[in-house]
Amino acid sequence: MTMLRRLLTLIRKELQIILGDRQGRLLVIMPVIVQTAIFPLAATLEIKNATLGIYDQDRGPAAVELTQRLRAQRVTFTRFIDIGDERQLGEAIERQRVLAVVRIPPDFSAKIARADATAQLQILLDGRRANSGQIAAGHLRQIISGFEQDAPAAMPVSALVTRAWFNPNLDYLDYILPCLIALITTTGVLIVTALSVAREREQGTFNQLLVSPYSPEMIMAGKIVPALLIATFHATLILLAAVFIYQVPFRGSLLILYAGTLLYALALAGVGLFVSSLCATQQQAFIGMFAFMMPAMMLSGFAAPVENMPVWLQHITWMNPIRHFMEVVKAVYLKNATLGHIASLAWPLLVIGSITLGAAAVLFRRRIA
Amino acid sequence: MSLAVAITGLTLRFPAAPKPALGGVSTCFHTGRITGLVGPDGSGKTTLMRLVAGLLKPGSGSIRVFGRDPVSEAAGLRGIIGYMPQKSGLYEDLSVIENLTLQADLRAVVGGERDEIFARILKFTDLSRFTSRLAGKLSGGMKQKLGLACALLGAPRLLLLDEPGVGVDPISRRELWRMVGELATEGIAIIWSTAYLDEAERCADVLLLNDGKQLYAGPPADLTRRMDGRCFLLSVPAEIRREKLTELAALPQILDATIQAQNIRLLARKDNALPSSCITQFEIKPASPRFEDAFMDILGGVQSGNSSLARILRDIPRDNATVIEARELTRTFGNFTAADHINLKIERGEIYGLLGPNGAGKSTIFRMLCGLLAPTGGEARAAGIDLRRSPARARQRIGYMAQKFSLYGQLTVAQNLAFFSGAYGLHGAAQREAIGAVTDCFHLAQYHGLKADALPLGCKQRLALACAVMHSPEILFLDEPTSGTDPVTRREFWSHINAAVRRGVTVMVTTHFMDEAEYCDRVGLVNRSKLIAAGTPEELKAQAITAGNRHPTMEDAFIALVGRSEQ
Amino acid sequence: MKADPAHGRRRAEAAFSFRRLRALCRKETLQILRDPTSVLIAFILPVVMLFIYGYGINLDLGRIRTGLLCEDTSPDAREFAASLTGSPSLDVNAYDSLPSIAEALTRSQIRGFVIIPVDFSAKLRRAESAFAVGGSVEPAPIQLIADGSEPNTASFVQGYVLGAWQSWLAQRALSRGLPAPPAICVESTFWYNPSAESRNYLIPGSIAVIMTVIGALLTALVIAREWERGTMEVLLSTSVTRAELLLGKIIPYYILGMGVFLLCIAVAHFLMGVPFRGSPFPIFACGSLFLLSALGIGLLISTATRNQFNASQTALFAAFLPAMMLSGFLFEISSMPVLIQAVSAIIPARYFVGAMQTLAQVGDAWPALLHSLLFLAATAFLFLGLTAGLTRRRLE
Repeated sequence: MTMLRRLLTLIRKELQIILGDRQGRLLVIMPVIVQTAIFPLAATLEIKNATLGIYDQDRGPAAVELTQRLRAQRVTFTRFIDIGDERQLGEAIERQRVLAVVRIPPDFSAKIARADATAQLQILLDGRRANSGQIAAGHLRQIISGFEQDAPAAMPVSALVTRAWFNPNLDYLDYILPCLIALITTTGVLIVTALSVAREREQGTFNQLLVSPYSPEMIMAGKIVPALLIATFHATLILLAAVFIYQVPFRGSLLILYAGTLLYALALAGVGLFVSSLCATQQQAFIGMFAFMMPAMMLSGFAAPVENMPVWLQHITWMNPIRHFMEVVKAVYLKNATLGHIASLAWPLLVIGSITLGAAAVLFRRRIA
Repeated sequence: MSLAVAITGLTLRFPAAPKPALGGVSTCFHTGRITGLVGPDGSGKTTLMRLVAGLLKPGSGSIRVFGRDPVSEAAGLRGIIGYMPQKSGLYEDLSVIENLTLQADLRAVVGGERDEIFARILKFTDLSRFTSRLAGKLSGGMKQKLGLACALLGAPRLLLLDEPGVGVDPISRRELWRMVGELATEGIAIIWSTAYLDEAERCADVLLLNDGKQLYAGPPADLTRRMDGRCFLLSVPAEIRREKLTELAALPQILDATIQAQNIRLLARKDNALPSSCITQFEIKPASPRFEDAFMDILGGVQSGNSSLARILRDIPRDNATVIEARELTRTFGNFTAADHINLKIERGEIYGLLGPNGAGKSTIFRMLCGLLAPTGGEARAAGIDLRRSPARARQRIGYMAQKFSLYGQLTVAQNLAFFSGAYGLHGAAQREAIGAVTDCFHLAQYHGLKADALPLGCKQRLALACAVMHSPEILFLDEPTSGTDPVTRREFWSHINAAVRRGVTVMVTTHFMDEAEYCDRVGLVNRSKLIAAGTPEELKAQAITAGNRHPTMEDAFIALVGRSEQ
Repeated sequence: MKADPAHGRRRAEAAFSFRRLRALCRKETLQILRDPTSVLIAFILPVVMLFIYGYGINLDLGRIRTGLLCEDTSPDAREFAASLTGSPSLDVNAYDSLPSIAEALTRSQIRGFVIIPVDFSAKLRRAESAFAVGGSVEPAPIQLIADGSEPNTASFVQGYVLGAWQSWLAQRALSRGLPAPPAICVESTFWYNPSAESRNYLIPGSIAVIMTVIGALLTALVIAREWERGTMEVLLSTSVTRAELLLGKIIPYYILGMGVFLLCIAVAHFLMGVPFRGSPFPIFACGSLFLLSALGIGLLISTATRNQFNASQTALFAAFLPAMMLSGFLFEISSMPVLIQAVSAIIPARYFVGAMQTLAQVGDAWPALLHSLLFLAATAFLFLGLTAGLTRRRLE
């Protein structure tokens, strides 16, 4: 009871420091709000409102129909440029006026009319934006394939029925918002743990804690619990925005999501305390925190799927808590995963947490000596 | 001697501050003289320095430095003003010579002139041996000397020194003073802000500020003279000296009471004679007044006699037990030994003072005793146990107050009090009661809602002591608890400590103020990692008696004993 | 005291002085060199980040794990299954029941699956006979379920399966002498980067993120640190001018930043095989102007906050994240809402990323480059100008 009360004193102090002044409160809330407002809209691999160049060297009936079909769709490409010659083609791509150009060769209509010949069609893309280009090319191929199917001579004997589970419209928002829960909680937890310990060292209050009846473990707990609270608060903010503003339906269990968040924040707090126990100044702690966070975010699977990485790197990402938490959030949020499934994703967090917290505790004790 | 700085009707109010930082100051500073800038914490000394240096813009009134305005005509003045701010402003990650070179370049000291000035300044400050050492690795005294050396580089005609003596041991302080004195004879105008009134007394002029107002400007002796016939020495036996002091200080007729060697020094209020009743049994003789007496008088003295701290602390039975003990205590860092086989024993209810030059190893010993640093050899025990390995229950019995008053600056006074009492397990009614009691005792009520960072230094110190005693500890560890604070605050502080000791608290304290050493029962003197002398203040002083000095002060004893151990 | 001659000399010096500037630069350089963390952030982190972007962030998908549930065991079904398995982009695994394949999808073991229904062959034959006589019946269905929780991968799965299905249809028509649908051979060509290697466009972009770290994050702390440690007070009491103060910060970090920039380009080009087709001058100009903008942002934050704790958080939030998210190297700017596109217009990284990608893959395409350089110069001017405006020669 006494222990608990003392711990509460420590936690209250930490929260008072973080939320005590206007600047502090702003720094807790503003980044979350701004990131929640901008990222889901900015971080998208969907191609919208792009410009398509149409280089029609044929102008026959089939070419006209294909051009009309290309112009008819209104999502990926909304602006179109007619390209008349090779010089314009080169300029349009070089100056990035277009994302892609469809070139219809002079014999296109003729070959379509003669059913036995294969008509050629070229999609020219900008290698500087190869990823967007690939996605755009995929859309163009679907339009062209629809054009083939609907040709009067064609009669399909089979049909491919395509559906997507968990996110039927393949909406990128449904993907990015769960990722954002993982990304934003990361910054908050690291700042509260790594930077605030360094600040107490610089200000001398850390010694004051060490001579008090608190054990090093209690002092650590006094940093961890506020970090957990802030992580939960941040996660809740983004969750509310995701469900009510971005209208991404939450399919899983809130209880599992929060349990996962706490487990993640615990593992990350371990990392933060570990970094802080190696650093003497705030500047070092900040750089140390950054040196961890930067690669960890990039290798979390949010920018590119982990399964695309080379195998050795995939093994390394096993040590990355953000990666595991991101999988957990996506599985709970979008797939309503079962507890067993989540446990199979989340157990590495437990391992990472015990290792980092253990190491931090050892270093904490050693620094006193 | 000519006019260096003329100030008329100077006023400055910071936005959102209730009172002006400076209100209507009018004074002059002259070349070839050291003018001491004195006053309680927060009286506006630093603000005045910054205004003269052109770093702040006056609200109203005017400043003329060698006839120029320090803000609008700054370009012409910067080359002839040397400024050393309180934090000394050194780059800690640069070496001594790199710091000097930077300042020399910034102040247009180049070529042959530079070599000549460097040689002179390094010799002058005795830093020649340390030119390649990083400034951050210098001791406090050496840092101040380097700061002074940097400020001197451009051959300034006006030197502004903001509390150069804070945290500096008496030997280094004397050296600083000697150096600055020499500069004055070369015709430089020097403004020296200080909390040490013995320094102020030696200045040609003083400017005394309080609450941003100018209380006195002129030679210190003129002010001191007002105290003629009001200072007395009362010879009181050591065993009852502190008790008597408390009793006397509480009397309305007494303006100030301090311990001076075997005597209690008494200051009578203007029109009152000394109260005969409580002093008749002791020998009394008149004493010559000091500047400090005049300072206390002009500020109206301090109500320091009866600290109500006694009511907060529980009574600890005097059992003559050894409470703090070091046995062959040793600590090495790499191949450097910071503490070398230290032995000391402190009994219950004693005040033990740890003195020594900067960098001698005081802090290392202190940190080992209170459990912040592990010894590499020997043993440190407090309250009969090794604090480092002890359970929370043992640390519950000590109170700790550090040099920089380690408070949570972003928390308010009330929040700091709530946190520290909670950390020591107080809660509910007991916690409210303890907070209420220290609030009264340390006059903190009006500050409750303020952030600790925003408090004047003296208040911070009171708050830090309040935080350290709320749980009624048996032992108090105080690491330079009065560093940089003014005499009024220090009087109050010691009246609290005396009250605590009357309740049986054992106190371990480090300090650079030699008059504070007089309050200690026993003193340990540390130099070059060794305990070179230990005993009562009288015993230490006795060791320093020479043919030339038959009544050495504590400061004389310090310098003599340290000097002897160096040979 | 040789008061007056010395005095006259010093007054003449109140204007800009190269000696003072050199002294400030030397001091800053020593501080950088003595801080162990600056080695970490200036040399180790950039190389680590380059390798992460070069090998870790792989947007060209390899073989996507795809499930197959073949309820029909006929030769027709096997023929289609073979065309799936033969696809170079799909890694097909067979499952034997709907629950097990659904479980695999939920657990992300596969990114999509194909179901060939039990009556596939029968329906296919019926459709083919009807087709031969010119009639029409319901075509034989094949189901594809993709994992929508990874929308990008899902659309790739859809594209690959569609391709495999089409080539199966065409081959089947050919082998049976049936009139095939008009065959259109679509050929995608990537200009400048024929193999669509993502490294080639991600690396030039990631250099922007690295330079932001050096330029903005490191410098965000340096002025705040001088305020916190009281050294600024001493500097201000000397004759140092505002220009010297700022240049004394900019020049050392500019040299450090350009060193890192050249290191990045060398590592990218010689170790990772990224082409740099542009000539040295525009590459250098681009790096310089961008670095100056980043330094401007960092110094602006530092000057405005005067507090390391807040400066570091602000820098993370105001410099690093925009360089990452709004510079267009991971996410297409034209796909963003108009408002966010407007915000990205004042982010120097956006122009730098565009210019670097052009310089790496296209070469000196001046019209496009000039536009970027102009904007970079404008942002550099803007942020450094704001810093200069906020820099005070006094303490208040």
